Amino acid sequence: MSTAPLLSIRDLRTYFYTSAGIARAVDGVSFDIARGETLGLVGESGCGKSVTGFSILRLIQPPGRIESGSRVELEGSDLLSLDEEPIRRIRGNRVSLIFQEPMTALNPVFTVGDQIAEVPRIHAGMSRRQAWERAVEMLTLVGIPDPAQRAHEYPHQLSGGMRQRVLIAMALAMNPALVIADEPTTALDVTIQAQILELLGDLQRRLGTSILLITHDLGVIAEMASRVIVMYAGEVVEEAPVRALFATAHHPYTEGLLAAMPRVGQSRDRLTVIPGTVPPPTAWPAGCRFHDRCPYAWDRCVREHPPLYSIDARHTSRCHLAVEPERRAHPHPPLVTAEARA
Amino acid sequence: MRGTWIAWMLTVGVIAAVAIPFVRSPVPLTEAAGPWRLAFARFRANRSARLALVAVIAFYIIAALAPFLAPHAPNAQPDIIALSGRPPSDTHLLGTDLYSRDVFSRILYGARVSLSIGLLAVLLSVTVGTLYGAIAGFVGGATDMVMMRTIDALLSVPRILLLIAVTAMWGRLSIGVLILLIGLTGWFGVSRIVRAEVMAMSTREFVVSARALGATGIRVLVRHVLPNVLSPVIVAATLGIGNVIILETGLSYLGLGVQPPQASWGSIIRDGSEQVAAQWWISLFPGLAIVMTVMAFNAVGDGLRDALGPR
Repeated sequence: MSTAPLLSIRDLRTYFYTSAGIARAVDGVSFDIARGETLGLVGESGCGKSVTGFSILRLIQPPGRIESGSRVELEGSDLLSLDEEPIRRIRGNRVSLIFQEPMTALNPVFTVGDQIAEVPRIHAGMSRRQAWERAVEMLTLVGIPDPAQRAHEYPHQLSGGMRQRVLIAMALAMNPALVIADEPTTALDVTIQAQILELLGDLQRRLGTSILLITHDLGVIAEMASRVIVMYAGEVVEEAPVRALFATAHHPYTEGLLAAMPRVGQSRDRLTVIPGTVPPPTAWPAGCRFHDRCPYAWDRCVREHPPLYSIDARHTSRCHLAVEPERRAHPHPPLVTAEARA
Repeated sequence: MRGTWIAWMLTVGVIAAVAIPFVRSPVPLTEAAGPWRLAFARFRANRSARLALVAVIAFYIIAALAPFLAPHAPNAQPDIIALSGRPPSDTHLLGTDLYSRDVFSRILYGARVSLSIGLLAVLLSVTVGTLYGAIAGFVGGATDMVMMRTIDALLSVPRILLLIAVTAMWGRLSIGVLILLIGLTGWFGVSRIVRAEVMAMSTREFVVSARALGATGIRVLVRHVLPNVLSPVIVAATLGIGNVIILETGLSYLGLGVQPPQASWGSIIRDGSEQVAAQWWISLFPGLAIVMTVMAFNAVGDGLRDALGPR
């Protein structure tokens, strides 16, 4: 990538000041998104993916706070230092968000046409009539049959897949440079999932939008993303082009995620799982944050927090195996299972 | 007399014309309607709520047309000796009071006072309460803290005591001032409801989504939060009208509300209160009017609660 990235995130830290302590939900995340690229952001629930997405648009509510020293640059300007008014003009206009739950992300008391039309009315100052035409146009674009009629319907009259199309129409109404899609297909049936992903991919090619695709589903990543970032415990643990990640995953956490993917034609009595769960964000483990769930962990992992090692030009991994690869030959039950047995 | 009869006939016609759309059997629920239309259809499917709404509408129409419908002038004292405290008869349907005034006519005029104070005072308190609660809930933080502690302090003074103190100090009150007083002491409950609803609504995905699409704070509040918290406000307001009517009649009964000789249901009851056993009609009929009105408002409120409840 020789050209400047569209979005550049450096050392993003978003902490929540709760009664249980400081939850370091996002703790020093850095990555770039190029123009027209689809970047996948994967990880289990509670690893900080969504908070990262929301932090980009500064949609973090108290007690959450984006710490000073964090940088989020869109086309060279730092979003985190903007006043409320300019950041509002970016939301839904240059950068927009697609939500996970199509059932609850639409206002029940307005028609869907009205809700799509609201976006150009806010950002382009369109008249009611112009905005309505734009809404119908967007409904056509996202493949809703009979759009002029459908625009007059209320959210409860539409199916989940239709509502997700409406949300996509709202997100794309201003033709933004970046769309943050937070688990856009998780709440949908598999067949509808495929349709929605196809639509997103198709619209991206036509409009040249960049997509930050947040998901826990590696299948979705394989289908959509060109590059993948794996997050664990508020940190980036691995970054690689999608093929490299699936072929030669380096971080044991990524390995675990890939092994946990059920595959057709592979008969197994039990699904493989990563033992244990993501630790609470108020108390990330010392050393490597994954060490208690890792089948390769040794004393260094308990003591020393690993940096992001370069595996090759476009592949990084936050694992000491990068410097001591011979350790991979000797897997052992991870600490959490040993503790559970004791 | 004949003019009064004709006026009553016409009024019944007007009530029927207004009420028929409500009483007619409910239309089947269609999916192709907005949430407000669906709620209205659910309301109409509820027989007692429907009838209560018709009653409320009828009461307001009758009160509005009272000058045409009352057979006598409400404050006229035709013969303070011969016609004092007469029982119900042909010429005085509900009897006369101690000053020989026609009780029926006074109840009709009293309805204007009680019903308009009920409606306007509640409109005022709901408006103030909604604004206050919405701001507290939406802004949150220290602002919310201060605003809510203020309400706690105001709520610690019993409303009736406050009203008695103020009205006693004021002396003669116009109805406008009475509405203002009752309205401005009645919004605390509504503002608490609205604040809680606004806070709950603010974390809903479509509200976060509106912010993510670049809506201003005001737009988020007015377009996305408030329309979705209106249901409990409407229910509270409807039930509140009944309460305010009771409050106003109570004050008038104590001689602190509407001033004599103007008729209010409370003051008519008071006029008959010393001879309840002998001249029961003076106090009984305005009492029945209060009961019917408050019951009708409560039934409408319950119907609205059921109709608006399921989102």
